[in-house]
Amino acid sequence: MPMQPVKFYQTGSFVVGNRLLGEDERSVQADARRTNSLNSGHRACQGCGEALGARYALDAAMRATNGKMIAVNATGCLEVFSTPYPETSWRVPWLHSLFGNAPAVATGVAAALKARGRSDVRVVAQAGDGGTVDIGFGCLSGMFERNDDVLFLCYDNEGYMNTGVQRSSATPPAARTATTEAVGPEPGNAFGQGKNMPLLAVAHEIPYVATATVAELRDLEYKVERAMAVRGARYIHVLVPCPLGWGSASNDTIRLARLAKETGLFPVFEAEHGEITSVSKIRRRQPVEEYLRPQSRYGHLFGSSPRPDIVDRLQAMADRNIRRFGLVDDDTDGSADPGGR
Amino acid sequence: MDKPFAITLDVNSSLANKTGTWRVERPRYLDRLPPCNNACPAGENIQGWLYHAEEGAYEEAWRVLVEDNPLPAVMGRVCYHPCETACNRVQVDEAVGINAVERFLGDEAIARGWELTLTAPPSGKRVLVVGAGPAGLSAAYHLRRRGHAVTIYEAGQLPGGMMRFGIPRYRLPRDVLQAEIDRILALGVTLEVGRTVTDVAATMAGDGFDAAFLAVGAEIGKRAYLPAGDSARVFDAVSLLRGMEGAEPPMLGRRVAVYGGGDTAMDAARTARRLGATDAVVVYRRTRDRMPAHDIEVEEALEEGVQMKWLSTIKEVGDSRLVLEKMKLDEHGFPQPTGELEELDADALVLALGQESDLRLVHGVPDIVVDDGVVQVGPTMMTGHPGVFAGGDMVPGDRTVTVAVGHGKQAARNVDAWLRGAHHVPAARHELVSFDMLNTWYYADAPKTVRPQLDLARRTSTFDEVVSGLDETTALFEARRCLSCGNCFECDNCFGVCPDNAVVKLGPGKRYAFDFDYCKGCGICVAECPCGAIVMEPEPT
Repeated sequence: MPMQPVKFYQTGSFVVGNRLLGEDERSVQADARRTNSLNSGHRACQGCGEALGARYALDAAMRATNGKMIAVNATGCLEVFSTPYPETSWRVPWLHSLFGNAPAVATGVAAALKARGRSDVRVVAQAGDGGTVDIGFGCLSGMFERNDDVLFLCYDNEGYMNTGVQRSSATPPAARTATTEAVGPEPGNAFGQGKNMPLLAVAHEIPYVATATVAELRDLEYKVERAMAVRGARYIHVLVPCPLGWGSASNDTIRLARLAKETGLFPVFEAEHGEITSVSKIRRRQPVEEYLRPQSRYGHLFGSSPRPDIVDRLQAMADRNIRRFGLVDDDTDGSADPGGR
Repeated sequence: MDKPFAITLDVNSSLANKTGTWRVERPRYLDRLPPCNNACPAGENIQGWLYHAEEGAYEEAWRVLVEDNPLPAVMGRVCYHPCETACNRVQVDEAVGINAVERFLGDEAIARGWELTLTAPPSGKRVLVVGAGPAGLSAAYHLRRRGHAVTIYEAGQLPGGMMRFGIPRYRLPRDVLQAEIDRILALGVTLEVGRTVTDVAATMAGDGFDAAFLAVGAEIGKRAYLPAGDSARVFDAVSLLRGMEGAEPPMLGRRVAVYGGGDTAMDAARTARRLGATDAVVVYRRTRDRMPAHDIEVEEALEEGVQMKWLSTIKEVGDSRLVLEKMKLDEHGFPQPTGELEELDADALVLALGQESDLRLVHGVPDIVVDDGVVQVGPTMMTGHPGVFAGGDMVPGDRTVTVAVGHGKQAARNVDAWLRGAHHVPAARHELVSFDMLNTWYYADAPKTVRPQLDLARRTSTFDEVVSGLDETTALFEARRCLSCGNCFECDNCFGVCPDNAVVKLGPGKRYAFDFDYCKGCGICVAECPCGAIVMEPEPT
């Protein structure tokens, strides 16, 4: 289980902090002196999952590297809302790149550090799903096959959101975007298309691959810390709900990330050198409808002319994930306390 | 201009961009009333003492507890814990074992010799408390802590009232009771036993008291007319239970019938089993769901082999046999006779048909109203006679130890105010937390730690305590199951989940504040607060 056992206390290890734990056992985010890598005043929408995910991940990486870290950023929402000239929200050494070449730029930074003998300074690169799964995929695949010493973080909000919510190859089936409208017999994004980026990363057999969501902070921090303890190419894929593109309430961001995992639609796992080494079990299993209904991008599946057949197909995808990754323990029905006692 | 190529402006932080202006709603921290505190008849701050117990700070927890209730070790054994019935955790797995933790704290206090403290200066006022039962002891304690000189007149030879003479030893060991009473007396409360008050006004005037709190209880067993043979052996339950405190236990026989359906009936039947009765049969005229006895008592009685005859009344009492009549419930739920008779072998019959108060002490006192056998009091617990207050079983209300302790506290506050010529104004109550205000995802799943019970064979033959206590680790675990409904317990969730870093952590015990310069009003903190201690409100205009 990718979570350290903590002393049982009301909330186990689900919440951000825990007054009964020693300072060093608490999450990075519980620390009033955390880096706040992404500072206040950024222009992300209300309830932005990506802003949250980026701060979670980079703050954890800053702690893991003792502040010796350079971040490379692909173009995308994250860059647009954090660095409108001449302001910046970044409180870490940070480098802009193009939409598609963040992995290559990160490779270059790592090579430069190596050339200067600065093996103590670590490199992370970050991008949205567009910059990772579509436009940056070639560079990223190269970075993986060369096993360059970079942690690549993908904040997956399942589309091109700041340009007006267009489909990416990470957009899930049936979701409505500006380019996959909810019309015709198969409304929204088509089934049978798109890429499963985490599994593509696993297929490169790099030292470390993990998925995470903004709903489980402890798990995400653990994975970043784990990744920073390894040299070579590493990849973490973080699901970050987007209130704008998903058509969800701004206060539902974390709830939706949690439901993505609890329904089985987004499997949370770790892999090393091409083999899956652990999965986060589902704790309170939910039908996919619970996840779909609060999002207007799936609104055409419900309402006046509902499409239960499509909901069933999405449920079948979740069920397949549950089978494939073993997300539910038969003996514990997934309700065990991951915090330990 | 000394700037790099194509750069015309200095680098600035995004802090210049006050995103708080986007907001149309804003979050606000608040405290809400947890259901346990709301349900406690003794008005305990349950969540407050659990908070300290969670840290293992048991003495601090105990000190918060005794602010309201000086008898935690007793309470942890005899209270029917309405707090646990109300507990929101019921809807997650099982209620927090509040009663068990309370008992653990009470026992710790006795084992470690923690003492009550007195801080108020002497008020120069003298208050008379009549009756040393739970209401009287509670009132004496709370009055003493407010600086008044308190004297208790107790008609019997030992203090404790129904806690000693009504509740069997297997539920409340007498050394525990005595220890908690002694601790109250050690505060400087004077106890005079063998003092029966026959006219409270005269006693107050004669002995120079400024106010009085009456808590004589309800110690007379109600009788019912039953045609009985000459040699029929009929007891009343109160006398039976009181007799258990004497040197010679009462002789009941092998087959005992108990008539009634309240807690006292259960106590009597279980006592009969322990005195050697092979058959202890409770005869009750309605059905189990209509029994006034608390479920736990009925359960434990059944486990000990007590039998139940539902829908039956007693028509006739013979030497060694009763004639019962079967009843059926009419459409209003009232039992109606069917005319169908049956016989039940019984060497003795115990009547547990309720209790009455001996109210001679208020006869003739002006303006005290007695209605339906109980003294009428206002919300301040004062009778119609100025300066005379009353509580416990002699006033209307549920007749439990916990209610009595609550009456004592309530009366003490008002006596205190009355003596100062003031009026006690209760603190405003917060809004009650309901389950849907919580985000229970964040609470770890954990079943209640069940108090180990003595095995059945042993408990039906002895008067050893039936339910034993929690040890340190299990008590700590149990305390930590508290959800802290409605009150911030500093889990850091709001601080962590804000995408705009707009929550400021103020340090241990000081909670958090919002930075409205940057809060965009997304509401994630409200949605992800486990305990429902934040609300969204429209932005003030």
